[in-house]
Amino acid sequence: MSVLTWSSSPLKLPRPDPLIVIAMLLAAAVLLPIAVLGLSWLGDESEVWRHLADTVLLSLLANTLLLVLGVGVGVLLLGVSLAWMTATMEFPGRRFFDWALLLPLAVPAYVLAFVALDLLDFSGPVQSALRDWFDGFRGTSARRPALVIITLSLVLYPYVYMLARVAFRAQGRTLMEQARILGLSPVAAFWRVALPMARPAIAAGLALALMETLADFGAVSVFNFDTFTTAIYKSWYGFYNLNAAAQLASLLLLFVLVSLFVERAGRGRARYEQQSARKLKRVRPEFWRRWLLCGYASAIFLFAFAIPVGRLLFWVVDAGARDFDARYWGLVWHTLLLGAGAAVVTVATAIFLGYVRRTRGHWLSALAVRGATVGYAMPGSVLAVGIMLSFAAIDRWLNLQFGTGAVLIGGLFALILAYAVRFLAVAYGPVEAAFERIRPRILEAARTLGATPAETVRRVWLPLLTPGVLSALLLVLIDVMKEMPATLLLRPFGWDTLAVRIFEMTSEGEWSRAALPALTLVLVGLLPVYLLMKRTR
Amino acid sequence: MRITLRLVSVSLLAGWLAACSEPPKDPEVVVYTSRKDHLIRPVFDLYTQETGVKVRYTTDDDGALITRLAAEGNNSPADLLITVDAGNLWQATEQGLFQPVDSEVLTTNVPANLRDVDNRWFGQTVRARTLVYSPDRVQPEELSSYEALAEPAWKGRLCLRTSKKVYNQSLVATMIERHGEEKAEAIVRGWVDNLATDVFSNDTALIEAIAAGQCDVGIVNTYYFGRLIAEKPDLPVALFWANQDSSGVHINISGVGLTAHAPNRDQAIKLMEWMSTAAPQQLLAEQNMEYPVNPAVQPTGVVTAWGEFRGDDLNVAVAGKRQVEAVKLMDRAGYR
Repeated sequence: MSVLTWSSSPLKLPRPDPLIVIAMLLAAAVLLPIAVLGLSWLGDESEVWRHLADTVLLSLLANTLLLVLGVGVGVLLLGVSLAWMTATMEFPGRRFFDWALLLPLAVPAYVLAFVALDLLDFSGPVQSALRDWFDGFRGTSARRPALVIITLSLVLYPYVYMLARVAFRAQGRTLMEQARILGLSPVAAFWRVALPMARPAIAAGLALALMETLADFGAVSVFNFDTFTTAIYKSWYGFYNLNAAAQLASLLLLFVLVSLFVERAGRGRARYEQQSARKLKRVRPEFWRRWLLCGYASAIFLFAFAIPVGRLLFWVVDAGARDFDARYWGLVWHTLLLGAGAAVVTVATAIFLGYVRRTRGHWLSALAVRGATVGYAMPGSVLAVGIMLSFAAIDRWLNLQFGTGAVLIGGLFALILAYAVRFLAVAYGPVEAAFERIRPRILEAARTLGATPAETVRRVWLPLLTPGVLSALLLVLIDVMKEMPATLLLRPFGWDTLAVRIFEMTSEGEWSRAALPALTLVLVGLLPVYLLMKRTR
Repeated sequence: MRITLRLVSVSLLAGWLAACSEPPKDPEVVVYTSRKDHLIRPVFDLYTQETGVKVRYTTDDDGALITRLAAEGNNSPADLLITVDAGNLWQATEQGLFQPVDSEVLTTNVPANLRDVDNRWFGQTVRARTLVYSPDRVQPEELSSYEALAEPAWKGRLCLRTSKKVYNQSLVATMIERHGEEKAEAIVRGWVDNLATDVFSNDTALIEAIAAGQCDVGIVNTYYFGRLIAEKPDLPVALFWANQDSSGVHINISGVGLTAHAPNRDQAIKLMEWMSTAAPQQLLAEQNMEYPVNPAVQPTGVVTAWGEFRGDDLNVAVAGKRQVEAVKLMDRAGYR
């Protein structure tokens, strides 16, 4: 993901170019809500700051650091190992796990969190059974940092898995063979050739996972694990100090930007060109190892998907279908419609930015792209508030000038924009990767062979872009369907979604009644995940 | 791909048009409510049935709705804001989001300590936050008050919900009002010392923990207890009315205020008044196992089995006035 692509051309202004101007305007539109939050620094909130610094801030920062490191290690271990296994080895069930390991993507983090806590809590079935079996076991608190880290890692590893898997497959046979011919053992070849070559993809997946970790509020609050987002909410809901909350949020964003920049800088000027690969030939490990691999993949699939979904199913059956009525289809329909609409708008924007970035190698276009893709790191509700504040201001101005009343707030446009701002980074990753596959050589060849520009678009650009664009569409669709805070704050009257219903039930502590919408959300999310996987087979 | 795109754009356009089309100009009231859909819809449905007036509403957290209302200013479509904690009502009042309502019906039906002194908001239901205990390990005689839970006798036996929940902030706010900050902090510190385990993120989990033996006593809103018992009647837990010899049980309200720029002011006031009368009061309370705010309306359903109690007679606005103090105090005391 090139949030931080920074071309090395000297910083001079280009000839006026409408495309770059539009790209800058798009970036500005995306940045407006974030800039509104930046305005908070005009206010003096030193009292809140002093209180936080005196009491909880240090432990919040320590917790956040622990969480980011833990989830970082977790998603890397899971994502890379599983991707390597399914991409290069043959073991029982490999064809199934190939796509099944991506399914946790359809499970919202807050859903896995409340299911995990329900199962593993002192009063939950696991500890109750242990108490029955072992006299010595008294029981223990399940609200532990380790469990938060594991939960988030299980939900977020698919980002790394998905991108790393594609990268490993694309390396094909040639690369590993060359490494082996040069005398590397299989293990060394993995560490010294395959892994470094896949670094951009892995880093992109890791960045998505960690940005989501930093922005997470739902899962951590289920475990009552206080992180930096807790301070944001404490300022907002506890102190009713939106300004202080916005200041904290903008610091969080700054932190993310710096980390992304460091990663980019660490990559330096390395290039990751790949030869066109011959089709991969899978390694077939010896018998017991094959089953070990199968066991490992099964365990992850069980914990990240099968058990939580099974638990939801149990609740739904147990509680009966009392919430299932005619209105329920409305929820499903709204969820899908918003997801699809936002996916189209977001991906169209991403394609445009990708095109500008690809064809105008200027630092201004890099800047526009970078600006437009920072929204993912903001806690959803903070971003939603930023959008609401800026739209409300525009509405008030319009009303003053033309007496229009509220135009933006409460309309679909505001909500779709919120989604686009938040998930542009998700869409931009695969789109950019697709653009990178169109090497100048290919375009030159097309021209040499006498293709008209229209024909080049149809026969070169489109076929090469389609896979990336489809991935982007599906990813955004899944993310939007799971999105909660912005949907809550900005949805038009009556546009309740499955995520809204989950919120309404969980905020009342009615976990078992939240199971029906949660299960439906997972099921609805399965289709895009399946399509996503089928595409990259 | 092309077909999918076309399908998606057509459906999007359809949705868009549906959302943007002019709403019919029948009489209606627009409500922002943090009382959730399943707990309020039956009441609105009843109103529409009786009067033909439509109620449009949207749900979210209190803080989010207040922020939205403030940002929208005089552009807001909302007539009423319904929140689930007096602190939130007080906060909305502070931000000038409400206007006073001069209504004999409301001042008669809602007791003075459960509404704003200047009639800018009114309670709708009463919820009690009291003690819940394990009858196996605790004799009710051992229990007396919230304050007493800070005593060393309860070391390692107390369960609490997170201090981030506004219900606990309100409870501590009333303790500050009554005992002063110093004593209140000592009590909260005592609680923290007595904790059996990490604090919980919801009351239901807390009650289950008591039943499972993780701790012996805790502080919860009664309706969580009621819901859980309805689901699992054999759960070994019981309620205890706290502070009956002193200040009375800590009560809070869910309540309503008329927004400063309400477009449908008259209709909105009618709805407010109607909601303080017998039938909707009973329905509102029963939906969530709470108590009617109107003293003339008898509680119905499960709550009658829990016996009568004497509630705190402080004005519930204290919860808001001292909320920031309470949050800071709990942070200092290490109550997460």
